[in-house]
Amino acid sequence: MFFSVDNKAVFAATGGKDFDAAKPCVIFIHGAGMDHSCWLLQSRWFAWHGWSMLAIDLPGHGRSEGDALPTIADLAAWIGRLMDAAGLKTATLVGHSMGAIIALETAAALPVRIERLALLGVTAAMQVHPALLDAAKNDATKAYEMMTDWSHGKAAKMGRNQVPGMWMTGNALALFARNKPGVLFADLTACNTWETGPATAAQITCPVHIIASKQDMMTPLRGSKELAALIPDSDLTELDKCSHMMMAEAPDAVLDVLIDRLGNKI
Amino acid sequence: MSPSKFPHPDTLSLHAGQRPDPTTGARAVPIYQTTSYVFDDTNHAAELFNLERAGHLYSRISNPTVAVLEERIAALEGGVGAVCTASGQAALFLGISTLMGAGSHIVASSRIYGGSNNMFIHTLPRFGITATLVDPRDPQAFADAVQDNTRLVFAETLGNPGLEVLDIPAIAQVAHDAGLPLMIDSTFATPYLCKPFEHGADIIMHSVTKFLGGHGVAVGGVLVDAGSFDWMANDKFPTLSAPYAGYHGIVFAEEFGPAAMISRARAEGLRDFGACMSPQNAFYLLQGVETLPVRMARHVENAQGVAEFLEAHDAVDWVSYPGLPSHPDHALANKLLPKGSGAILSFGIKGGRVAGAKFIERLNIFSHLANIGDAKSLVIHPASTTHQQMDAEALAFAGVGEELVRLSVGLEYLGDLQGDLDQALAASQKG
Repeated sequence: MFFSVDNKAVFAATGGKDFDAAKPCVIFIHGAGMDHSCWLLQSRWFAWHGWSMLAIDLPGHGRSEGDALPTIADLAAWIGRLMDAAGLKTATLVGHSMGAIIALETAAALPVRIERLALLGVTAAMQVHPALLDAAKNDATKAYEMMTDWSHGKAAKMGRNQVPGMWMTGNALALFARNKPGVLFADLTACNTWETGPATAAQITCPVHIIASKQDMMTPLRGSKELAALIPDSDLTELDKCSHMMMAEAPDAVLDVLIDRLGNKI
Repeated sequence: MSPSKFPHPDTLSLHAGQRPDPTTGARAVPIYQTTSYVFDDTNHAAELFNLERAGHLYSRISNPTVAVLEERIAALEGGVGAVCTASGQAALFLGISTLMGAGSHIVASSRIYGGSNNMFIHTLPRFGITATLVDPRDPQAFADAVQDNTRLVFAETLGNPGLEVLDIPAIAQVAHDAGLPLMIDSTFATPYLCKPFEHGADIIMHSVTKFLGGHGVAVGGVLVDAGSFDWMANDKFPTLSAPYAGYHGIVFAEEFGPAAMISRARAEGLRDFGACMSPQNAFYLLQGVETLPVRMARHVENAQGVAEFLEAHDAVDWVSYPGLPSHPDHALANKLLPKGSGAILSFGIKGGRVAGAKFIERLNIFSHLANIGDAKSLVIHPASTTHQQMDAEALAFAGVGEELVRLSVGLEYLGDLQGDLDQALAASQKG
């Protein structure tokens, strides 16, 4: 379905159910260069188990209009305006990577409106390797390959997908290739210039659950633990045998944690 | 060392989609000879059926052994995913039925496998789907044949049996300019020789029976999705862009993103039409895929040697093999198929149909049968077999003359193959 935010159309998948703002709502926020479809194997469960679910495309991504926003603070403020447009007084946010720090900043800015957070593949600082930033600016195809390479574990590069017949890294490359020019560079720049992580984390008042992977090269487990230590009401689940793209690499493990920490909270 | 952090295709041929069995440690892909799979509990069952979780439900829709083959071929082609089917023709029908319904139209190459020709010209019209066949060497002919109701452009990497090399980038451009996907039958080439997605194709199908399987022991097909086509860009593809009542109103292009087409092919096509691959056949075909790179290298080396031998033979009028400088598509073949032009070739024997019959009957190593892509060398006379449903005019349009003999060159010692051909050609020319 589409909402209008800042006079721009915003797409959100609803998992095949009609959106109902009166129900508890969970909003899934994707990471850099991704779109709502990265949540396929987690989001649909919520839509069919008592929640209203929105898996959104951030501005300039997927089917949402506009340009990618330049800072994490801008994106967090935009989430607030999206909630207004959807008629949501409160929501639970689930974010991955860039989407996780957007969720964190949103919870700090709107403490009354954000009920819980689940943050996947996240650290208190999200500095981007200069080579990746350079590629994102000058050679998008190379950047997509670097992102796919760094965000998938060794096992995933041989496949063994839980979804029968699907080739995981092929899907990631195809998803990245759908980006409009400049979108990935804008996303990575927003991550790279985000400097308020520790201060923001300390302000969070809602319960936060972090899901981290032992093999994550992009947001290492150590950094996730450091972030968890900064958040007053937080805990952390360590996943094994997956990397940064844990929603695809270990879909059931991620979903089981989300159900345990969020899904059964209504 | 590989320059990429991603495994080389030679490695993927052996490993993609599989890990040693966690229960037994079995190194080979186990044959999961089961129809169905025990659910953890009633919630788990409901979640699987509602696509809330991934997993196997019933072997018509997916099976762990078949899934390894699907993932492996998707990896080799560079797609987002694949669905294996009971045969190559089942894969072709699955692709078509996933994209369109009655009232639709296909623009296809005229130089295609006879079975595909039959489907387009004789069978699909009964279901309200029509086709216009055009010269594969003429991109403008594809463009001119597009109608308002056209939903697909279809061609073969290497035409059957004429070995026309398809200018995939040019035909993909024509298709995309018309808002249509390009589907390629790449059976003759395999991903070892050509990767159509890298040249702009959107969907690939194979008869896995042929070179991918390579041993002539199992029939199977596969449909592979590049994940590159934007099904929401126009209103031509409601099967992917509109709610589907057969699955709780799901909009495949919204839910599955790049994997929309292949997901609907499985969720609807295998569920409702049921042309699935058996796990036993998937196992046999996986044995072939494991050795695809080394087999194809030998296939094309032998085919080049046979083609050059025939071209110099007095009993041969002409040879069609893109690896020969005399072939009109030789330059294009060098560009799109740099490792070789496949192992199928056709030639015209002096003396026409009568000489052709004598030739085939005198061959000792080449087997006379209706297949290609076996490790063993094969021969057939298309006008009287694979393309026999066509009348003289249709045969001419398809480039199948009465004198045409098609060879599938196998892995035998090249000198033995040339010797067998030489004695049979000599016999064919005697009164």
